[in-house]
Amino acid sequence: MKNYKYSDITPEKIYSKRRNFVKSFGLGLGSLTLSSMSLLNNAHALKNNSELTSYKDITTYNNYYEFGTAKGDPYKNSQEFKIKPWNISIEGEVERPINLSANEILSLYPSEERIYKLRCVEGWSMVIPWMGFSLSKLLNKISIKNDAKFVEFESVYDPEQMKGQRYPVLNWPYREGLRIDEAMHPLTTVVTGLYGKTLPNQNGAPLRIFVPWKYGFKSAKAIVKIKLVKKMPTTSWMKASPREYGFYSNVNPNVSHPRWSQASERVIGGNLLSPRVETQMFNGYGDDVANLYSGMDLKKYF
Amino acid sequence: MLTKNNQKYLKVIIFILSLIPIFFIIYKIITNQLGPEPIKDITHHTGKWTLYFIVITLAMTPLKKITKLNIWINYRRMFGLFIFFYASVHLMTYVGLDYRFDFISIGDDIIKKKYIFIGFSAWVLLIPLVITSNKRMIKALKDKWKKLHRLIYLISLFGAIHYLWLVKRDLTEPLIFLTIILILLTFRFKFKSN
Repeated sequence: MKNYKYSDITPEKIYSKRRNFVKSFGLGLGSLTLSSMSLLNNAHALKNNSELTSYKDITTYNNYYEFGTAKGDPYKNSQEFKIKPWNISIEGEVERPINLSANEILSLYPSEERIYKLRCVEGWSMVIPWMGFSLSKLLNKISIKNDAKFVEFESVYDPEQMKGQRYPVLNWPYREGLRIDEAMHPLTTVVTGLYGKTLPNQNGAPLRIFVPWKYGFKSAKAIVKIKLVKKMPTTSWMKASPREYGFYSNVNPNVSHPRWSQASERVIGGNLLSPRVETQMFNGYGDDVANLYSGMDLKKYF
Repeated sequence: MLTKNNQKYLKVIIFILSLIPIFFIIYKIITNQLGPEPIKDITHHTGKWTLYFIVITLAMTPLKKITKLNIWINYRRMFGLFIFFYASVHLMTYVGLDYRFDFISIGDDIIKKKYIFIGFSAWVLLIPLVITSNKRMIKALKDKWKKLHRLIYLISLFGAIHYLWLVKRDLTEPLIFLTIILILLTFRFKFKSN
């Protein structure tokens, strides 16, 4: 990893906190250590993917159809979006449903910096210094019933404020889901910010999910509901096109999408002469997550 | 009516105007104004202009019929050649810049991805039209020339479908293109039955 480009604009307090985090993270997850700052296990991929994507690109090049389908729309159309007050309910197969405000969540679970690679299903990727904490921390707060097998995430529905929701581009509100063991995995993150700052609206403020080993659309933005369920939820993209978007949607270079090459990807921030880079199984997080899928045919369960 | 000389000037002007889209993208490259996915920007720009030139070319015959002026036909061939020009830059951006002549991956794309298959087919079908676009070939082929050049109807549909199939969710723009092309094609059928 090259020098942090943003070190000069990051307050010292956060900067030192980051270093602590990276240290603790290195202990927890073998592939991510302070000394190498390696995001990926593969040395070849590391060479091409080790630079942080610029704050500008991360915050102006987004897929967030609630604010419009063009990449620049979320930035343009989300600046007036009101995220206060914001409540998130955790319900379904739980002993006692709860309702927390975004502020409560932020104060209960301190955020740490988590540098993850985002691989979009469209064949591009970014390296993003998120702020956040493991979703498992939040889920451990409640007692989940034994028959809960999946977690469904529901994003906000507010067509007054979200232009894109006035058109049936997708089945609103946006729904995503994870198997419960995926949701409990330490890499599955509740994102609260990026580049040491609070999360911009166009990136899913106030709280979003980020699942580093899955295609970007699996990571729901602006969530208002986390529901523990017995059956596999039907997500918005599965409804839109079941042939193209499976429930699992793990990054997998061996399973081709009808429209985009999944074997390789473009790293955002490159120039005209930057080559494509090979896409890694599980987006490079295989050491940490491959065991979740042992014995599964990932071509069938794509 | 325009004089012969004026028609010639007009042709030069149209030729220069038709090159503006390519200069526009070159300017953006040089001044570093492309977005986070610069190659995609070039691919989309040249792809769109290929479709615009398909529409312009197909519009010449209906315009001739409507305005009862033959002048439109004078520019049809040039517009047609610009379809090939922009389609070729579009294809070369994909082959050379995006995939760096990695013909294994490209071949895989052509077979596996129907939008690439149909787009590539459209480009291949343009080649015989380009080769037979000069006066000598028109004379040599006689009646066959007209039949051969009806290929453009198929190519135009392929182009619109290529766009339709690659779009992820919002189909508005490709459907607008398809509709315009279909309207322009129905003109042909009407006139044929006359």
